[in-house]
Amino acid sequence: MKQSVYVDNNATTAVAPEVTEAMLPFFYEQWGNPSSMHTFGGGVKKHIDEAREKVAALIGAEHPNEIIFTSCGSESDNMAVRGAVDAMGGHPHLITTRVEHAAVLGPCHYLEDKGFRLSTLEVDDAGNLDMEQVREKSMSGKATVASIMWANNETGVIFPVPEIGNLIKEGGGIFHTDGVQIVGKLPISVKDIPVDLLSISGHKLHAPKGIGVLYAQRGTKITPHIMGGHQERGRRAGTENVPYIVGLGKACELALQRMEHDAEHERKLRDRLEAGILASCKGARVNGGGSERLPNTTNISFEYVEGEAILLMLDDVGICASTGSACASGSLEPSHVLRAMDVPRSMLHGSIRFSLSNYNTGEDIDYVLEQIPRIIARLRELSPFAND
Amino acid sequence: MWEYTDKVTDHFKNPRNVGAVENPDGDGLAGSLACGDALRLTFKLGEEKKIAEAKFQTFGCASAIASSSALTVMLIGKTVDEADQITNADIIDYLGDLPKQKVHCSVMGREALEAAIYNYRTGKTFDKKLDGEVICHCFGATDKEIEKVARGQKLTSAEEVANACKAGGGCGQCIPEIEEIINRVIGEEKAKTEEKPKLTQLQKIKLIEETIDRQVRPILRRDGGDLELHDVDGDKVLVKFVGACVSCPVSAVTLKDVVENQLREAVSDDIVVEAV
Repeated sequence: MKQSVYVDNNATTAVAPEVTEAMLPFFYEQWGNPSSMHTFGGGVKKHIDEAREKVAALIGAEHPNEIIFTSCGSESDNMAVRGAVDAMGGHPHLITTRVEHAAVLGPCHYLEDKGFRLSTLEVDDAGNLDMEQVREKSMSGKATVASIMWANNETGVIFPVPEIGNLIKEGGGIFHTDGVQIVGKLPISVKDIPVDLLSISGHKLHAPKGIGVLYAQRGTKITPHIMGGHQERGRRAGTENVPYIVGLGKACELALQRMEHDAEHERKLRDRLEAGILASCKGARVNGGGSERLPNTTNISFEYVEGEAILLMLDDVGICASTGSACASGSLEPSHVLRAMDVPRSMLHGSIRFSLSNYNTGEDIDYVLEQIPRIIARLRELSPFAND
Repeated sequence: MWEYTDKVTDHFKNPRNVGAVENPDGDGLAGSLACGDALRLTFKLGEEKKIAEAKFQTFGCASAIASSSALTVMLIGKTVDEADQITNADIIDYLGDLPKQKVHCSVMGREALEAAIYNYRTGKTFDKKLDGEVICHCFGATDKEIEKVARGQKLTSAEEVANACKAGGGCGQCIPEIEEIINRVIGEEKAKTEEKPKLTQLQKIKLIEETIDRQVRPILRRDGGDLELHDVDGDKVLVKFVGACVSCPVSAVTLKDVVENQLREAVSDDIVVEAV
């Protein structure tokens, strides 16, 4: 399969070679069960503890045992929402936003169907929340569980999580934030802000797929969804996925070392890509461009062309990106995030997300900038609206 | 990732007949910017009133572009009456296949063709919204349109309707109404094919006996059971279970689900079966 420029890192990232290397001994040599009494197995446990410390260090968690290893970001999100609601008992009021990942919206809608009250907060056309709305909902007088993402996967727009956390906590609620897209990209410190639960996904930060984390601040009550084992201090049963846990630990260690440098590198490339596309293509706009955003993400809409067609033409020249277009997903509706932002109809179907990583180079950006204007011009030649 | 045929990919990457025919004889538009895909089709007649030139402009995904391109190729050389016979299934056949979620792209081709032919025949611009009541507000689909697609493609679920013409695939609020249409169409189609001839009482008894022998007994015998026809009173059929059926705890279910259903299908919808 051809692939010369990979700019779809919010979908998944390449596993860092250092990570693979750190994992290998746990397949071939130290493959014991960390719960075993013998040294061969039990000796593995300290590597899990080390990984736990590395994850804690990356997100500024005070205690390593606040880190619960899961199988993926979606599991962490599900566990947070359903586990917090269950542990709270009664019928807490759920608060979320229209632009969350499906792994949060799914369990929220499930609970709504079961009779829970769900408030779904709107965003404005720049992708930002109305903080007055957050305040109002969090003070509704009822116990609340709020799940509000830190950074949006499609647009990269960052929500003011410290401020949101304060409001939710003032109202006496539990606050979960989906940190899948921000962790490893920008420095965060959960000990300084009121976050009870935070989801992390390994494969978004150069660890492999199949490993995630739920951070649960000490004292946060959460009902486990996998029961029947003492692992993760009884909060998530099942023999630990040792190689992947070790790999995630390594990826977090690397992220902590490189994050500042990488974020600057990605921001420069992203800004150049964005400016280049806007200069070379008429009728293009950056969705959420005026907001505080992740340094690696840009979501650009092209008027009068359809996203899947753009994506396939990019694919043809070896460029991997994503689209919020309906046609690409098999659903008939375009991205729920862009619809929530009231992106104009002429632009709604033609959105492309480019998301970079530290592995991208200036040449990658040059190549994309060379290809995009040609592709957009070609598709506009075909479009019945382009000349209107 | 869609599995497109080579022909779809070819027509997407190298679309034929792009643009608009100058001074067209027929000009039709289907879809809209808001819906996420749209197709403008224009054609011009030449010698012997055959389509000499057909061109398209499409806003949409790869399969929408490929369906449009294919349609123009299929049109050239045909008379308008011949062209009017081209269905969305013909477009799919021409392309080899389309993923089921992309069938609506071929339907858009058919719709644009209808609009262009309407324009050719009447000189007026086709306005599909006039035809029926809008049921799906997300995609502007009317009841008549949904009914036509459901009947033409023999669709049985709202999901299939959405794949075929998008209706109901947006917010989903109209799905109950779409299901109502589907159920009505299925009922009407079934009634058409299944009108049973009137039987005399003697013919009826004979047919009941035959059906029991051919279709019911083999099923019961598989489980060591059997039954005998005891009597027929109008539409009431009295049967007597024998063998394993006598002591079977679910024989009452068998009576309705197997015996009665088979007899209703073969003989008359009014048959009621009872055990003696």
